Amino acid sequence: MSDIAIKTGRRSLPGLSPQAFGVAALLAIAFGVVPLVGSEYLFDALLTPFLVLSLAGLGLNLLTGYTGQVSLGSSAFMAVGAYAACNLAFRLPGLPFLVDLVAAGVIAAAVGLVFGLPSLRLRGFYLAVSTLAAQFFVQWVFNKIGWFSNDSASGIVTPPPLSIAGIAVTSPVGRYLFTLSVVVAVTALVWRLVRSPTGSALIAVRDHETAARVIGIPVLRTKLLAFAVSSFVIGIAGVLWAFAYLRNVEPAGFNLDRSFQILFIVIIGGLASLRGAFLGAALIVIFPLGLARLGDALLGGLFDSGVLEMSQRVVLGLLIIVFLIAEPAGLSALVDRMTRRITPWITPWITAGRA
Amino acid sequence: MSLPNILRRAFFGAVLGSLALLPAVAAPADEQYFPLQSYRVGPYAAGGTGFFGGFIDYLNLIDIRDGGVNGVKLTWDECETQYEVERGVECYKRQKSHAGIAAWNPLSVGIAYAMIDDVTADKAPLITINHGRTDSTDGRVFKYVFPLLLNPYSETSGIVNYIAAREGGQDKLKGKKLVVLYHGSPYGKETIPIYQLLAEKYGFSLEQIEVPHPGNEQQSQWLTIRRAKPDYVILRGWGVMNPVALKTAQKVGFPVDHIIGNVWSNSEEDVIPAGDAAKGYTAITTQASGAEYPVLQEIVKTVYGAGKGNLEDKKRIGSVYHNLGIVNGILNVEAVRIAQEKFGHRTLTGDEVRWGFEHLKLDPARVEALGAKGLFHSINVSLANHEGEGRVTFQQWDGAKWKVVSDWIAPDWALLRPIIEKSSLAYAKEHSLPVRDPAVEEATN
Repeated sequence: MSDIAIKTGRRSLPGLSPQAFGVAALLAIAFGVVPLVGSEYLFDALLTPFLVLSLAGLGLNLLTGYTGQVSLGSSAFMAVGAYAACNLAFRLPGLPFLVDLVAAGVIAAAVGLVFGLPSLRLRGFYLAVSTLAAQFFVQWVFNKIGWFSNDSASGIVTPPPLSIAGIAVTSPVGRYLFTLSVVVAVTALVWRLVRSPTGSALIAVRDHETAARVIGIPVLRTKLLAFAVSSFVIGIAGVLWAFAYLRNVEPAGFNLDRSFQILFIVIIGGLASLRGAFLGAALIVIFPLGLARLGDALLGGLFDSGVLEMSQRVVLGLLIIVFLIAEPAGLSALVDRMTRRITPWITPWITAGRA
Repeated sequence: MSLPNILRRAFFGAVLGSLALLPAVAAPADEQYFPLQSYRVGPYAAGGTGFFGGFIDYLNLIDIRDGGVNGVKLTWDECETQYEVERGVECYKRQKSHAGIAAWNPLSVGIAYAMIDDVTADKAPLITINHGRTDSTDGRVFKYVFPLLLNPYSETSGIVNYIAAREGGQDKLKGKKLVVLYHGSPYGKETIPIYQLLAEKYGFSLEQIEVPHPGNEQQSQWLTIRRAKPDYVILRGWGVMNPVALKTAQKVGFPVDHIIGNVWSNSEEDVIPAGDAAKGYTAITTQASGAEYPVLQEIVKTVYGAGKGNLEDKKRIGSVYHNLGIVNGILNVEAVRIAQEKFGHRTLTGDEVRWGFEHLKLDPARVEALGAKGLFHSINVSLANHEGEGRVTFQQWDGAKWKVVSDWIAPDWALLRPIIEKSSLAYAKEHSLPVRDPAVEEATN
């Protein structure tokens, strides 16, 4: 009962609920403060990969979290996006990069649609296995057919330097800001989508397919739509990975490990939650690096780097288990619980500030 | 004088004294730093621990025995990459803030490719000994990248020349059949076009078969090989792929003495796990194995004697990867020494060390003076040739150790150079890089 009361309370303060306030503050810091104080390491090694994998997690969350279709092919769709953008840039050099970006997303969506077809017949584990086909097939194609990698002998493609509207983006800050802008824009679109009737249809399909069909939701179309939109978002993440983060593309970079990494981001962050993708990516991407640096600083002189690496894995694994036991619904639910405790304390402050 | 007064004096004295000491603390002694993007866990840990172990052992030897290079102490730290590109890039960003960087040695083709833009912008040399991007041999375009001793094309040419010698001359290659079994990675694929070229030139037929990373299942590839009935199989493997290949070859009945390993399929770690199946296997190398060379004896005495040896398993001292790490250490340290003669006995910038690498000339006499006679042949790097004309030799596994079975062989550089230049000039055009003119630069330097 009280839960509902809080939720309706939030609705009555559009734009200034604690949640919206938090998002606005985060964006202000990410766009306004971080670029001024951050170092090259922060941008190139932490924030850019974090943002890109958050976006990939967001894409997978649409499919797995909202629509209930498990996929192990996420990194294949990242690869499609990355290779598509590279080839567009090489072969049609006249196109502006933003067009490449969207086109690469559309190509990834088309490929996702094809590999989504088995979902019309298969569910659960069986579907997961069939998405593995996408994973292996795509990697194999890029490895085998030299045309995709511009006939480079080693199979590594170096994409042309990032340049938007004629301005070359070469600095780490520039790449970070570009990634951030794209991630924010795509996240906003996904946010609109999940709040729309289509978003409700996705959830209805997840919760009970038969019931969804009974109330008139076109289940097959909804599933394919989920595959297409999810692959679009993941494809965009792949483009950013290739152009803004590594600036290097090779098929092995998009292997099954990466697919699992994205799946774990979604599961640990929280299924069916936009925030979950970001929280999960933070835990999977940033936290191990922090741990590595801490371990290095404290114990670097005592053990060699291999021993340190192994112990960090143990710590990370334990933490993941602890998190999931404490809150099986993921970090997002954990944060929800915390904010629910804090909200009654903060709300008066915000309303006071408004008045 | 009252007690508090004495205390006060003692206090101020201490403060003044420590102030006097401060400048000495604030200005660090001259140091040259080696950022090591090493890998000690993951599927390629055997290569990583051996190579970086040897590299660190040699740096330690210079520090302990000579007190550094002309008084400049060598320092280093390690960052674990697990042979993964993203981790390597993260390590690069982490370690590059350190002062006095001499050179980068990631020992991974993928990581090296991802670093080329950055090292060029940051003006620090990137060493890819015995591997790397072949066209970076052209130093006119790749100013900061050095595939020292042996680039993949030279290796390929060396292997084909060796097979020709075994068959009794290059004209005997005509009509022979070769299969290349390569690792499904950028490293493995790098030589595909050059094998094709050599096949056309010498008239042997060729089949190139990929083994997906990491390569612990090769049944189908070896069944294909059995059907093809080649005269030789060239193993272009890495890590676990190698012992699996040798074992599977035995299973399908392919004679092991007709398998020739490449430079990353030539270590004890590749043959010992294969047991009997490896007996008689031959592989190319740029550095002989064994611990009888003076420089290794000194490392055993000075470094391991002081308890500072890097290898946990002392039996690996003198193994192929350990010796490669030591040779890599020699080349890095000598480049620093050569650059110091020009720029002064102090901490050098990355660009100055790059100059040192571009003038890294160690003839057999100098190699002997360094205690490495027989360990490796010689090197002759120049501005235009970042590989340095390394020689190769072949060694055969007798079940217990490697035995050298050939002289030092020179690859066919003249044949390869035009292909390298074609590729590097295309890269320069794509990335709008200047092509340096050796004559002009040597005149101004």
